[in-house]
Amino acid sequence: MQEPLIAFRQVSYRYPRTRHYALKRLEFGIRRGEFVAILGENGAGKSTLCQMLNGVIPHTRGGRMRGRVLVDGLDTRQGEVAQLAQKVGIVLDDPETQLFTTSVLNEVAFGPENLGIEPDEILRRARWALDVVRLGGYEDHPPSALSGGQKQRLAIAAALAMMPDILVLDEATSQLDPVGTVEVLSIVQKLNHNQAMTIIMATDKGEQVARFCDRVLVLHRGELLAEGTPRQVFADQDLLARITIRSPQVSQLAAYLQRHGRPLPEFPITLDEARRGIEQIVGDQPET
Amino acid sequence: MTEFAVQIEGLRYVYQPQGIAALDGIDLAVQRGEFVGIIGENGAGKTTLLKNMVGLLRPTSGKVWIDGLDASQQAVSNLATHVGFVLQNPDQQLFAQTVEEEIAFGPRNLKLDKQEIRGRVEDAIAATGLEAFRSEFPPALPKGERAKVVIASVLAMRPETVILDEPTTGQDYKGCHQIMQIAYHLHRAGHTVLVVTHDMALIAEYAQRTVVLHEGRVLLDDTTAAVFAQPELLQRTHVTPPQITRLARALPRKLALPPTALTVAELGRSIVESPKQK
Repeated sequence: MQEPLIAFRQVSYRYPRTRHYALKRLEFGIRRGEFVAILGENGAGKSTLCQMLNGVIPHTRGGRMRGRVLVDGLDTRQGEVAQLAQKVGIVLDDPETQLFTTSVLNEVAFGPENLGIEPDEILRRARWALDVVRLGGYEDHPPSALSGGQKQRLAIAAALAMMPDILVLDEATSQLDPVGTVEVLSIVQKLNHNQAMTIIMATDKGEQVARFCDRVLVLHRGELLAEGTPRQVFADQDLLARITIRSPQVSQLAAYLQRHGRPLPEFPITLDEARRGIEQIVGDQPET
Repeated sequence: MTEFAVQIEGLRYVYQPQGIAALDGIDLAVQRGEFVGIIGENGAGKTTLLKNMVGLLRPTSGKVWIDGLDASQQAVSNLATHVGFVLQNPDQQLFAQTVEEEIAFGPRNLKLDKQEIRGRVEDAIAATGLEAFRSEFPPALPKGERAKVVIASVLAMRPETVILDEPTTGQDYKGCHQIMQIAYHLHRAGHTVLVVTHDMALIAEYAQRTVVLHEGRVLLDDTTAAVFAQPELLQRTHVTPPQITRLARALPRKLALPPTALTVAELGRSIVESPKQK
């Protein structure tokens, strides 16, 4: 069997000066080209997991780590963060922590410059990435003059310009407007399909998970509580009774109808599936 | 006393030195006791509008009145007793050693007597459900609780109007609803509440009226149901109605289900009550 691109082998981790483990005995693999969602409540360990993928944990955070994280065969404890950064692009939820240059263009060009890429190619990538996030025309603006959502777009563009093998989005669309969220994820999906870029997305936007992701890992208090396709997870009412995650509204509707004795024939996770199901259970009203 | 909590006329705001007009002629009146959602694309001017209401920015031109007071003539500290502002990132607003001290800071600056400060702190703790955390160090609390501490600090100033800027960013589903429930109870208690968010499901569930901004202007201003009934117009400002509203709209009319359903429960109830397919 093909070795997974990312492998967590009995990984536990606790932050410095804390006694409880943020992650406990995690064991899973992610194959090249998968689009995986990490779901869980605040404090479940989603961000901690993300930061293990580029080696920030344990290299810069310290703390106590057990087990092994392998990224493309490289043990993250042995690899340097700079080495991992060439494979793994990560976008955090708070863009303020990632932006530091004086212009939007410089911000996006910084990563590729450090990879030693030709100037023409850097410019081409930077303009492409800025167009993707609807910041074309803002090249000369200082990042500090952008709105919160625009800063988040810029952080995403900076990661895209690196064209990493693995893109990690840690609540990276939390401040984007609804259309912007879909636009960015559609581009990410294209990179996933066309270039087999592996995507790992910590989020609580159930509708987007249903639309874009192949697989879901559900974390709860540092443990892997469940994994499956979005449909398996969002239809699992026992699981959803134990933890609060935001399933798509159409799935919430299906659960409501189930509880009230009017179940849909099949459990929907998309709008079209729900529409078809409702048409099957609701009779026409007589014309008045 | 004026019937308006907020009145805005011809508000323009231009960021310098870039000369970017973030607001370009806003007219808006919010009556006392309304619960208003403010939505729009990234960069539409939402946060700039809020900052002009609380005096953190001063209009380039146009007027803002808060409780009938000309905001441009008021010190920020005085405006804070009329309008409370909860920022997007709670960590930018926390600095004291304990939750109680954090909440007491504002009232203490109003030079109130000890008993009054005590009472305000207790009321704010009760309104936000922070009883178990009163002696904790605010930055060490989970994000949901940190956001509540900021809301409590704002409430201790006893403002008529409470403004929340993206209060649910970074909150999980439970945290979002806890914060919106606090806003809901404030509204029930007679406060005016303004909420900026990109979470359309929350807007649909809580806001009676919704103002849509686009490129620094008001694109739509109506009941939330009427606003979400115009998806084509909303698209212009990169907003889509909540999934449940889009579903309700996509259902055939012959099923006689409400085409503007705003919540899962609303559509669910109508389906449960509808005749069965033969």
